[in-house]
Amino acid sequence: MSVMTTPAPAAAAPRARRRSRMGTGTAGLYLLLGVLALIYIYPFLIQIATSFKTDADAASTPLSLIPSSWSLLAYERLFAHSDFPTWAMNSFIVTLVVTLGRVFFNSLAGYALARLDFRGRGVVFALLVAVMAVPGVVLLIPRFLVINTLGIYDSYAGMILPLLADATGVFIMKNFFESIPRSVEEQAQIDGASTFRVFWSIVLPMATPALMTIVILSFQGSWNELNHFIVSTQSPSLTTLTKGVAQLASGQLSQGSQYPLKLAAAALMTVPVIVVFLIFQRRIMNVSAGAVKG
Amino acid sequence: MATRRRRRAGADATAGWMFTLPIIIILGVFLVVPVLMAAWVSVSDWTGRGSPFSGDVSFIGLQNYQQILAEPGLPQRDFGVSLRNNLYYVLLVVPLQTILSLLLATAVNRRAMRGVGFFRTAFYFPSVTSAVAITVLWLFLFSATGPINKLISFIGLTGPNWFQDPRGVVHVIAGWFGVESAPGALTSPGPLGVTGWEWLAGPSVAMFALILMAVFTTSGTFMLLFLAALQALDPEVDEAAMMDGANRFQRFTRITVPQLRPTVFTVVTLGLIGTWQVFDQIYTGTQGGPSKTTLTPAYLSYAAAFEGQRWGQGAAISFILFFIIVALTLLQRWALKERGGVPRRRRAAARRTRREGAPA
Repeated sequence: MSVMTTPAPAAAAPRARRRSRMGTGTAGLYLLLGVLALIYIYPFLIQIATSFKTDADAASTPLSLIPSSWSLLAYERLFAHSDFPTWAMNSFIVTLVVTLGRVFFNSLAGYALARLDFRGRGVVFALLVAVMAVPGVVLLIPRFLVINTLGIYDSYAGMILPLLADATGVFIMKNFFESIPRSVEEQAQIDGASTFRVFWSIVLPMATPALMTIVILSFQGSWNELNHFIVSTQSPSLTTLTKGVAQLASGQLSQGSQYPLKLAAAALMTVPVIVVFLIFQRRIMNVSAGAVKG
Repeated sequence: MATRRRRRAGADATAGWMFTLPIIIILGVFLVVPVLMAAWVSVSDWTGRGSPFSGDVSFIGLQNYQQILAEPGLPQRDFGVSLRNNLYYVLLVVPLQTILSLLLATAVNRRAMRGVGFFRTAFYFPSVTSAVAITVLWLFLFSATGPINKLISFIGLTGPNWFQDPRGVVHVIAGWFGVESAPGALTSPGPLGVTGWEWLAGPSVAMFALILMAVFTTSGTFMLLFLAALQALDPEVDEAAMMDGANRFQRFTRITVPQLRPTVFTVVTLGLIGTWQVFDQIYTGTQGGPSKTTLTPAYLSYAAAFEGQRWGQGAAISFILFFIIVALTLLQRWALKERGGVPRRRRAAARRTRREGAPA
């Protein structure tokens, strides 16, 4: 650095030129980023605007962000004349239970794999690694088969239980627990606390950052899940937002284009993940960073 | 003390199993057992009625696999077409999303820059939405009278009716040069009952819209991976190159990109795994149409089983897809080990020499 701050007199002129070029370079970068950001954001602005348009308006002025006449028809139809509220409720129920379940089971298993010395730990760990490699989409038929055989097809149990299988989450928790110094638990163990007690009242409260990661991943994962609900349910009363909106989009439930209605539904179903994203924004931007290094 | 430790070890063993039991049961029942059941179905003649393990379901060997891979007929042709569609999807999406996300990450990798947080959020935003929501938006954007065609009309052209257009992009381009139909050599059925002309069709216009969507939604996630890697780089290497007179472009291609190799491999691997699993978009948007040009193996396995009641074939397609993904992942792992390890080691060595060689 010291070399840089004491430039030779001869280098002064080119340096000045370089600085001015960096100025235009920065302006160019801003312009490029601005255009890119517009490309990334404008579609969503169009989506919101179109949801307040009439069908005819949506087709005639697709690019405009201001409806020529504001219409709440799409939202009225969604809430008053469709199953949208049912779908939303099902999505909330499933997401809530799956997230809580994953937080509990992942941290239990992660703690055991990180700290408890038991015979067979290596086997359990190998099982986790193996199942992590199974791509979700090839499980469509297999999962239907087992759900059907167990008699939990078309029930909340069939929707929720399979989604609790989350090897990645166990890994995240295991890695986190390994980073906590052992001395924390040793004092409690000497005091005679049971293993579960040590885990529950001492270790788990320290794991809040990792638990938040699990919450974010589970929430996004189960809220946006579609294919599992396609193969595990059929009755309209158990339809989730993803499945309901997908069927709405593919015309299985309606006729005609009805873009304002579909876009309104898609916009509304995105709101909860946006809220979670905004709350945990800083952490989400680091979640992936941790995943790469780990 | 010794007894206490022994008691502790015993307690550990019990607690270890108690703690991991829920996850073992869930993974076993909903991951391992299903795969075994599907393996059985893929070699059986089960038609979806009753239990696949009842007496009237019989073992038929590899017939389902044969029908898909070897016997001329509709199942084989459908599989061939779905493989072609997905292949073009992978070939375009993986490089495009990797390059775009790297460029986005490079552009926003400036701590001092004003508004950099806004840009990062903007580029990441499409990644938080569900495939369903984004597909609904895409159906509108690329509809006949939608925003994209409106934009195209500004430059005096007429856009296609994207999601209804089964023409292969390569065929369309060939058409511009006067090649309207297949040359004689390409008309006979080739691998998997699909003609050479069809294999070379490229992604259909409809699939092309889905390709753009995939690049749009995934580039933000991968941007974060590249961003993390960029921020972990040693700035001194870049400064040294700057002192040696390398310009910005040279530093990016010769210094930065080689150091990012491990991340590039990660992104390509994740991309390959993800792009072979296209399902939600197809279910929501096109159901395989127009003219089966957006059919993918994942959607085909679902459609064969749940709609066509050809469960054996559906399960067989799942397994073939599984093997494709595992093979590609292993290939990537191998490539990563072969080449990715070298720069990292070299970088560590460079750091060591610098530290040792630096004057106190």
